[in-house]
Amino acid sequence: MAGTAFQKIYTKLTQITKATCTVQATGVGNEELATVGGRLAQVVKIIDNQVTLQIFEGTEGIGTDAEVIFFGKPPTLKVSDQLAGRFFNAYGEPIDGGPEIEGDEVEIGGPSVNPVRRKDPSELIATGIAGIDLNNTLVTGQKIPFFADPDQPYNQVMATVALRTKADKIILGGMGLSNDDYLYYKNSFENAGVIDKIIAFINTTDNPPVERLLVPDMALTAAEYFAIQKNEAVLVLLTDMTLYCDALSIVSNRMDQIPSKDSMPGSLYSDLAKIYEKAVQFPTGGSITIIAVTTISGGDITHAIPDNTGYITEGQLYLRRDTDIGKVIIDPARSLSRLRNKVIGKRTRADHPQVMSASVRLNADAMNARTKLENGFDLTDYDQRALQFARDYAEQILAIDVNIDTEEMLDKTWALFRKYFTPEEVGIKDEFMKLYWNKE
Amino acid sequence: MTKGTVKGIISNLVYVEVDGPVSQNEICYIDLYGVKLMAEVIKVAGNIAYTQVFESTRGLKPGNTVEFTDKMLQVKLGPGMLSKNYDGLQDDLNKMEGMYLTRGEYTDPLDEDSIWHFTPIAKVNDTVEAGDWLGSVPENWIDHKIMVPFLMEGKYQVKSIVLEGDYKITDTIAVVVDKEGKEYPLTMVQYWPVKLPIKAYQSKPRPFKTLETGIRTIDTLNPIAEGGTGFTPGPFGTGKTVLQHSISQNAEADLIVVAACGERANEVVELFTEFPELDDPRTGRKLIERTIIICNTSNMPVAAREASVYTAMSICEYYRSMGLKVLLLADSTSRWAQALREMSNRMEELPGPDAYPMDLPAIISNFYARAGYVYLNNGQTGSITFIGAVSPAGGNLKEPVTESTKKAARCFYSLSQDRADSKRYPAVDPIDSYSKYLEYDEIQEFLNQNIAPGWVDKVYKAKDILLRGKEAKDQINILGDDGVPLDYHSRFWKSELIDRIILVQDSFDSIDKSTPMKRQAYMLNLLLNICDTNFDFESYEELQPFYSRVINVLIQMNYQPFQGDKFKEYEAQLESILAERRVK
Repeated sequence: MAGTAFQKIYTKLTQITKATCTVQATGVGNEELATVGGRLAQVVKIIDNQVTLQIFEGTEGIGTDAEVIFFGKPPTLKVSDQLAGRFFNAYGEPIDGGPEIEGDEVEIGGPSVNPVRRKDPSELIATGIAGIDLNNTLVTGQKIPFFADPDQPYNQVMATVALRTKADKIILGGMGLSNDDYLYYKNSFENAGVIDKIIAFINTTDNPPVERLLVPDMALTAAEYFAIQKNEAVLVLLTDMTLYCDALSIVSNRMDQIPSKDSMPGSLYSDLAKIYEKAVQFPTGGSITIIAVTTISGGDITHAIPDNTGYITEGQLYLRRDTDIGKVIIDPARSLSRLRNKVIGKRTRADHPQVMSASVRLNADAMNARTKLENGFDLTDYDQRALQFARDYAEQILAIDVNIDTEEMLDKTWALFRKYFTPEEVGIKDEFMKLYWNKE
Repeated sequence: MTKGTVKGIISNLVYVEVDGPVSQNEICYIDLYGVKLMAEVIKVAGNIAYTQVFESTRGLKPGNTVEFTDKMLQVKLGPGMLSKNYDGLQDDLNKMEGMYLTRGEYTDPLDEDSIWHFTPIAKVNDTVEAGDWLGSVPENWIDHKIMVPFLMEGKYQVKSIVLEGDYKITDTIAVVVDKEGKEYPLTMVQYWPVKLPIKAYQSKPRPFKTLETGIRTIDTLNPIAEGGTGFTPGPFGTGKTVLQHSISQNAEADLIVVAACGERANEVVELFTEFPELDDPRTGRKLIERTIIICNTSNMPVAAREASVYTAMSICEYYRSMGLKVLLLADSTSRWAQALREMSNRMEELPGPDAYPMDLPAIISNFYARAGYVYLNNGQTGSITFIGAVSPAGGNLKEPVTESTKKAARCFYSLSQDRADSKRYPAVDPIDSYSKYLEYDEIQEFLNQNIAPGWVDKVYKAKDILLRGKEAKDQINILGDDGVPLDYHSRFWKSELIDRIILVQDSFDSIDKSTPMKRQAYMLNLLLNICDTNFDFESYEELQPFYSRVINVLIQMNYQPFQGDKFKEYEAQLESILAERRVK
């Protein structure tokens, strides 16, 4: 990306930090893109003729006489149907050996959709995973993260979810992805034969961390093209948003900003909201759904990153390894899809909401019973039954490798209710009890 | 007018060199090659004005020109605001073109060409002052008063007023003269700077009535006063927004203003979609007809988020001056505080706790103080009841926004993670939450008179049962089921009755989602009677099956129309279950 002949070149750097540099220049616009010594950079602060840039690749080896060339425009992405099936780096440059994309040049991180032009999300996304479809149903236009510890198989689960949904396009934004995980995604998509509906923007651990800041905006700009221009249902996968936030804190720290909670910038909430709020259902049929990964440390969701994320996203999913059955499940107690009430019982069978809350409540009773057991207390007959129910529930319904439709999940849950509880203990509205309690 | 030039840009903080006088909070427009970006002065140092821009500053350069307006951020007030969807700066979102919000596009909050049927109230030669009613126009089902503008100081005499008839909002409907004989033509439109409270009323008494919300855990246990303040802090996922939505649907207010401040766009879309469909349980009209939505979602500019709560409050104050019962819901005030933090941080102010500005407690309490019950100059009454949601970082209630709000708001509805995890919604913790109003003599008297004699005692009794039940539960957890006397189990299950039947409420069920006070009183009496009854048990194992059945029947009652056949059927069933073990 060299400058053209008409561009002015500045060579007087007055300050260099690990992530930013300051140059004397005039006529520069805020958020404009530039190169510093050949490396891509973006304007983050202007005071008189002192222009501060964040250098995506880092400042190692940059001299005070480095050439700074301004592009006169913010970062852009060329969008067209040619994006489909391609892999790019954080700058939107192909990394799969294919040709450059031809298309309209669009500024990334563009304006927000007018809320009154949105449509209330109402299309269910079926995944065949009961932890999602039954208990935490997803809806197009939703944004939801997995809160996962680094040792949990979140990338595998996310790839499974992505491949089972009927999205028209799947856009992967990889931030600080290990090369192994990048190849895992690539292979999964190739093996599933869906490579032509995949678009990926990848920043791996081999690449400089600050580059990651571009990835979500790149992915979402591509998503907006397909959702608006082509009315497609687009699924955007962002992994790992914690590493994105780390990059934010690096830049804000180099700019001497006062950190707020957990050394994160004070604007973390707004920064994350700008990304997640790109999830939208358009009235014309197109939609952008975001499933993200936020890695957490030791299950701590009070850390600023998961905490701010939780306030923005429409729920969160937790993975848990169920030691009774030796499989990974989506934790029914802590996971939540806020938009599920828009579809369950409406797009699914009418008893769905009641079955869901009853099973979650009974499962919680089992957890209490387990605590009792661990503390050495005797269990009541009810406690015993709750524990057996929880085990069967995890094994037959929740386990991530079970792939059944919602109707079947409901029927199986009723069967377990019948097996272990009395109708009063289940506590479901009588109209549904009459319909399903004795149904075999 | 003062002009200026852009000198520096840090995100949405822009330094402007000015050539004349500027005032704090003055609005200016920055010219970005033809697009005018609205900004507000938040600090002045020498000839540099620090402005926060209400839009993205992408592409802005030093040297861009700035025009100052000599006005603070203001709202435009007049008939036609009901059912509107505004952004934080009171732009009418429905008037904006295109899918995206365009920078520099500001739209008229009112409809200039709309025609209103005006009936005069004031007469020629009447002496009037700010806030006095000149006449009224019907706006949806509200009798919208046209008032002497709040910005006019002192007394005036009505020189002329138009006859009853149809007028545009910009037509002169009255002319008033001041002492010096200067004439002021008045229209149906007036302006108000949002950061200042409207004080065109006689007095603000202590609240003395309660406001029914239809939510049992509030109305029965911790009622909020009409003109009172409350807040709902809770970690994410504990149902703040669902609670706010239920209150907005069911509260007995004349007018609801919802300020969606820095929250999810889909939640606001839900309001846009549902409110035109949902019936107002009190008037039978559509909910949207009594609602104004101020929507500054989390992805919209941060500075406008800060403005949005003030815009909402000013609109409430305007309608309160008409003698209306207004309810303001803000979700979430933490986002507003975070907007203050972002700016404070960019201006490199010395930070207070958690990097929030030092004056945060003062800003919050000033804002809550704008709510209240008032006697207007003409002796009529009006009120603003304000309930704010707070999103404490990490669910920790010891953070600055929650602590500052606790000092300002009189009702505290603490949303608990434990309750949410066990799906006991609304997750308002019955032990931690409180309503200061319950201690007011005026309110106690009101409750005892309007619900039932001795009501307040019953409420306290229910609270005691809940507390004793929790203590019993803790003991059982420590000592084991058989390690405690049978009585502990009994206490626990009785508190469980109150919890599952009164506190837990299904906001997605058409009947259970809102409970009129009469029904709440009936159910509380019924439950307290059960709690007063002695039951005969041999061992602790007998309690769970018995109470499960009792609770199940009571839940079914909650789902049925009050005193309907089904309801009575379940009540009879309940009686027969109770009779099985009642000690004679």
